[in-house]
Amino acid sequence: MQWMSPKEYEKMNQKASPPTPVWKTVPMAFLFGGIICTIGQLCSMLYQNLGADLETASASTSITLIFLAALLTGLNVFDKIAKIGGAGCLVPITGFSNAVVSPALEFKAEGLVLGLGAKMFVIAGPVIVYGITASVIYGILCRLFGW
Amino acid sequence: MEWLIACGKAFLIGGLFCVVGQLLIDYTKLTPARILVTYVVSGVVLSALGWYQPLVDWAGAGATVPLTGFGHLLAKGVREAVAEKGWLGVLTGGFTATAGGIAAAIFFGFLVALLFKPKDKS
Repeated sequence: MQWMSPKEYEKMNQKASPPTPVWKTVPMAFLFGGIICTIGQLCSMLYQNLGADLETASASTSITLIFLAALLTGLNVFDKIAKIGGAGCLVPITGFSNAVVSPALEFKAEGLVLGLGAKMFVIAGPVIVYGITASVIYGILCRLFGW
Repeated sequence: MEWLIACGKAFLIGGLFCVVGQLLIDYTKLTPARILVTYVVSGVVLSALGWYQPLVDWAGAGATVPLTGFGHLLAKGVREAVAEKGWLGVLTGGFTATAGGIAAAIFFGFLVALLFKPKDKS
């Protein structure tokens, strides 16, 4: 198997489905994104009912959704849902989880270290790089100017 | 009844975040990886400007579940860590606040990738 750049990887992800008209994709994104966030809200309220404070409940909700999305990716179900839901499945934290699991699974054949271990960060890596960098810049501004 | 309203708000705001993402994909040909990066960085910026917390207060999971919420968590973590630890907090705040999510994605991702079979590319 050839090494693939992130761009090629995404292209491969997309080519399976022909372009769907916007009047279909946008309502679907709203519906699926809304449903995923509603599931998150229900989880969060459940955890709070069980005695967690808001912050703990919120973090546990993210972890729950990450787990579910990872599992559904492994079962090859996430891709099928994402084909219909589009950005509705990508923009929530489920999309981040899928972006971690999907290449890890796909490149497992290339080895546990440079295949699974390295390819896991093909998309998640940039997200963490830019997210952390932005947060450090903000931290410097906080420290210097008391933002 | 209150829980139903909370769910409605989460649905509305979460759905709208995804609509913006879908429009970006359809009209700008922005790749999914760039969308994810854009969302997280936007979350940091919106939170730094103080605009994101009110949205979290109103919409709950509708604002925390989209990836902008991840960015908000990074910014919030840094803000609190800087107040507590000064310069060290600049570096530790972001990862500390998001450690649970990142470790969960890595660990569950590892397990799933190990245990499941890749799909056929037929």
